[in-house]
Amino acid sequence: MKVIKIDKKDWPGGLEKLSENYRLFGPVKDKDSHDFRELPKGKLPDFDFQNTRLPAKALVYPQSEAMFEYTLDESQPDHHVMKAVKKDYSPRAVFGIRPCDAKAFVLVRKNFDTPEYKDPYWIQAYEASTFVGLACDDPHGTCFCTSAGCGPFHEEGLDVLLADAGDHFLAKGLTEKGQNLLKAAGWTAETEAGIEAMKKAAEGKISSFVSTDKLEAKETTALYDAPFWEEQAFACLNCGTCTYSCPTCWCFDIQDENHKKSGIRMRNWDSCMFPLFTLHGTGHNPRGTKMHRLRQRFMHKLKYYVDKYGAGIQCVGCGRCVRLCPVNIDIRKICELMNDYDSGADTCAA
Amino acid sequence: MQNPYLPYPVRIEEVITETEDKNLKTFKFVFLNPEDEEKFAYRSGQFAELSVTGKGEIPIGIASSPTEKGFVKFTVNKVGLVSSFLHSMKSGDIMGIRGPMGNWYPWETMEEGKNVVIIGGGFAFTTLRSSVIYMLDPANRPKFKDIHVIYGARTPGMLLYRDELAEWEKRDDINMHITVDAADGPDWKYNVGFVPTITEQKAPPADADTYAIICGPPIMIKFTQPVLDNLGYKHDHIIMSLENRMKCGIGMCGRCNIGKEFVCKDGPVFTLLELSATPREY
Repeated sequence: MKVIKIDKKDWPGGLEKLSENYRLFGPVKDKDSHDFRELPKGKLPDFDFQNTRLPAKALVYPQSEAMFEYTLDESQPDHHVMKAVKKDYSPRAVFGIRPCDAKAFVLVRKNFDTPEYKDPYWIQAYEASTFVGLACDDPHGTCFCTSAGCGPFHEEGLDVLLADAGDHFLAKGLTEKGQNLLKAAGWTAETEAGIEAMKKAAEGKISSFVSTDKLEAKETTALYDAPFWEEQAFACLNCGTCTYSCPTCWCFDIQDENHKKSGIRMRNWDSCMFPLFTLHGTGHNPRGTKMHRLRQRFMHKLKYYVDKYGAGIQCVGCGRCVRLCPVNIDIRKICELMNDYDSGADTCAA
Repeated sequence: MQNPYLPYPVRIEEVITETEDKNLKTFKFVFLNPEDEEKFAYRSGQFAELSVTGKGEIPIGIASSPTEKGFVKFTVNKVGLVSSFLHSMKSGDIMGIRGPMGNWYPWETMEEGKNVVIIGGGFAFTTLRSSVIYMLDPANRPKFKDIHVIYGARTPGMLLYRDELAEWEKRDDINMHITVDAADGPDWKYNVGFVPTITEQKAPPADADTYAIICGPPIMIKFTQPVLDNLGYKHDHIIMSLENRMKCGIGMCGRCNIGKEFVCKDGPVFTLLELSATPREY
């Protein structure tokens, strides 16, 4: 695959051309941090960040979105019948997504795109998107992507990988979608330059790691009953920051919102950290304590997902939950505890 | 792309108050578009999301049997926002049904001439009613050997489907063991005692060809399981149907899992053997 050289002076012009056929999204600085926004005409994505505060997941899977609309007005012929709402799934180009957030879409897809059921909202938004990733030259100290099935130059889930080489970008068109975007932008200058050296250097800067090799072999019920959960959950506030900031968390709630005689059925992000998430109508709650809820989050990511899909852990090592947790609960530490846990059940009694 | 969140529109055809406390009502629905009934083809043991427009959805076991055509039936306990509103709805009202969802009782195995013991308590008799109607259908009854039904409620007035229970009592191709915690007068003709006790007395002995299906409140299940153990039932011959809070019903929204299994999609029917390999978060 040839690498394309994009002179930074040709960058705004390319984006301008793309805006004719794509809705453009990219990181924008908001107060102290960067987040993804739709870019108005002429606005360039701001690449001066280590990682965005929140992952790019909301671009495919909004925090709140309408699923259906209805009328409760019985004088209308179709009253109380759910109807599709109009959605914009025209082509979108997402600039500046980090490889970890792109890989997260690959992991999350296994939940929303199954042999039995297809989530039409997630799939259509994902398929409408062309992801132009920005390789990481300057990872956080809390990033552990290289041991979480990902990496600062990881390509899975991306259509184009951009590496910043000072006065120009080096671009790899990884998919047909990506190559089409590069062509449409007029970025076609092939170069012999490679990005391997940059990739090696960036990977060398990752200073934090997890071990996941023994998770699959563990017995689920033994890990579930491990004695360390109480202590790990002791400080947890169940605030949900970890789930909202996680690129691989996908849980949601469905609610009807009425206004006078009409309404919409919404879906909203939800969180396994909240007691209401699993509360039965009877008052019984199978995950009634914060220990249950914290354990669910980590067992899901590091054991249930591993067993269900055989595609590694449900974590890309972006480190956001580690950085944002108000009480310093650290998935790296919990992963080590789980990976190293020996319940004694496997030991021969003799 | 088919949207699995879109309910089929239905009309409430009939509402029947089932129990003396009036907290349980059976809703009979007819599909507004007749072709939707075919798409809703189901097996006994499955559930559906009842979609009350403007209020939300609730996962409820299907109480009608696939052998009953032209309608579907659900019995709903009045508990929360959606079920309480549903209890105020009347025949003619329009709402939605999404499904069928989940797996079903192991009919493929049981239809090979097996004995079936149905053990139910309280209002968890809905998919069990579906099962009994299905098995007693003249086309299906020869596929099964002996059928036993142990069904208990607190009082006679709290039993669901009382007319049907009385009819089944008269038949000689099904062994009925109805019981109440306490009879309310001398007219009570059947058993008195908790479900585990009656199970101990009436359930057939275990063998490789006998399957027990248990549905009921946690306390009933807790005390019935040791009884079945004593009778020698193997844990892969004890079938249970679970309930958990659900939203999507299709394994995506993330809340109903027990370990890696989603109760909505991989269940709700599990053998006791399967459950012992998962965290008991139900």
